[in-house]
Amino acid sequence: MTEIIKSVVCPICGCLCDDLEVTVENNEIVKMKNGCAVCEAKMVHGYKSDERILEPHIRKNGKLVPVSMDEAIYKAAQILTDAKYPLLFGWTSSASETQHVGVELAEELGCALDNCCSVCHGPSVMAIQEIGIPTATLGQIRHRADLLVYWACDPWSAHPRHVERYTAFTDGRFEKSEFKEYVQKLKGKASKKKVEAAIRRTQVRYQPPPRPQTAIVEAPPPTLAKTGRKMIVFDVKKTMTAEVADYFVQVEPNSDYEIFGAMRCLVNDQEIDVDKVGGVPVEYLKEIVDAMVNADFGAIFFGLGLTQSVGRFRNIEIAIAMTRDLNRKTKFVISPMRGHFNVTGANTVFAWQTGYPFALDFSQGYPQYNPGEFTANDLLRRGDNDATLVISADPGAHFPKSSIQNMMKHPLITINPDWNAISRLGDVVFPAQWCGIEQAGTAYRMDSVAISLKKVVEAPKGVPSDEEIIKRILNKVRVIKAQKTRKDVTETKNVENKKI
Amino acid sequence: MVEQKLRVTLITGRTIDQGVAKELGKGSQEYFDSVAICFLDPSDIKKLGLKNGVNVQITSPYGSVVVKAKKYPYGAISGMVFMPCGLWANAICSDETDSIGMPTFRGFTVEVEPAPDKPVLTLDELLKQQFGK
Repeated sequence: MTEIIKSVVCPICGCLCDDLEVTVENNEIVKMKNGCAVCEAKMVHGYKSDERILEPHIRKNGKLVPVSMDEAIYKAAQILTDAKYPLLFGWTSSASETQHVGVELAEELGCALDNCCSVCHGPSVMAIQEIGIPTATLGQIRHRADLLVYWACDPWSAHPRHVERYTAFTDGRFEKSEFKEYVQKLKGKASKKKVEAAIRRTQVRYQPPPRPQTAIVEAPPPTLAKTGRKMIVFDVKKTMTAEVADYFVQVEPNSDYEIFGAMRCLVNDQEIDVDKVGGVPVEYLKEIVDAMVNADFGAIFFGLGLTQSVGRFRNIEIAIAMTRDLNRKTKFVISPMRGHFNVTGANTVFAWQTGYPFALDFSQGYPQYNPGEFTANDLLRRGDNDATLVISADPGAHFPKSSIQNMMKHPLITINPDWNAISRLGDVVFPAQWCGIEQAGTAYRMDSVAISLKKVVEAPKGVPSDEEIIKRILNKVRVIKAQKTRKDVTETKNVENKKI
Repeated sequence: MVEQKLRVTLITGRTIDQGVAKELGKGSQEYFDSVAICFLDPSDIKKLGLKNGVNVQITSPYGSVVVKAKKYPYGAISGMVFMPCGLWANAICSDETDSIGMPTFRGFTVEVEPAPDKPVLTLDELLKQQFGK
């Protein structure tokens, strides 16, 4: 039986594109429309690949062997209750419903709780706590923004439909797109089939008219004076996004803070005594600031190039400060390019439950927050925790080697749908449903808009949702803790009786 | 003049190929092909006397890894080496967080040297070598 399901939400990046059209045949996704290359790789091929985990495993004599779900749940609960200070990490590719139960488990265990935010936009969250953030939803930006700045991010690679759906390549109600006009003209000239093929090609290879693309060119950038939507990219290297931008500024690594500082001076009508800042001629920065001040509605998107470079959260703080300065002269917003589809949800749910968005500790019986102390890499670096549970994330492929080496010194429990790097290293390995494909739930888009994920196919038999696994582990932890308490009470009574 | 070693700044980040391959599966050939690589500026490749696609060893104070070197396709990145996010890049990154939780994934100096005879380890080989599992 073939079924076409419309308005499916993509469970990959923070864009949460909600216009996918998925064709399901015999409980299997066979094709889809509107998805980007990454989305198609996951939803048509990856989710049903040979890498899928179909049953729980426990490491016995150095090898992972399949076991029953009850045995795996008991083993996981035993590891977590035996440990003095476990770490629960991940959560960002799970639905918010699962994250909610995760907080309960952390509270029950009195352990550390962190999400992937600490290795992506943790510094952004800290900067927002320091200084606030003037921001807007992607819908507002789509309809109104006439100047778009991508700083230290490459949406063409990491958020492939961001430009097409929310910014420069989409027609907003009040701002038109040069790219869309180009496609319209093409449609007038060729047949439908040719146009479709051309659109596919141009979405990857669209080249705007020849323009000075780099700050090294000894001429002011005339494209900044053009009318209509403009897109400026700041990055240490030219990227696919930079290739389709109206203006690309190549900056020196680790010099973003200085450039923001210089731009703040220019926004506030101050003079700069040097010729270049961070490898960019000040003349060019003046042109860019002029374009920013003269925009009706500007939007800055920033990525991990800022959060991971020298300066970390101070880079974000000064970027927000520049946005605040710009708001004295025009309308400007700023927004982080969040990675995993529900990393914003993890921050939101943790904050709603405990008051804090990440880097949490429950060892005192109440939630404490301290990035640098309770963030996963700091805990691992110091060797503080003696067991780890990783859910819906792959620190095995995205943490520095030494952090994982420290993690490997103690038992590791993993809950992931497929054999990613961390699942391969686990001591207790759970299978899980793909959230957004086999499991419905709530996720938060990068602009904190909550969107409902759809279930489009049934999960393989015997594969539960990660929410169910966490709930079962939580119940088992409570049972084991109760047994331990009873045992302790009995032993204490026996000792007292002997004394008497 | 051909140089034995090149000191460059490490930049890690996303590529569309890495994005597609990670969704196909971390154990897939596509993932290996798109992540166990590094991108250098054509002029830097020339300085090392290399050809496109030859293995290089990248060494930082925190580790060393062998990957395939490719020309960066989008423009000049002279003095930099770009590696897609993943296990191979993390082998040379630091867990120093400057006390805010974010490890040092980019922006520090590494040495690149030709290693045509050294193999690029697969995901399982690298996991075994680094973590013993």
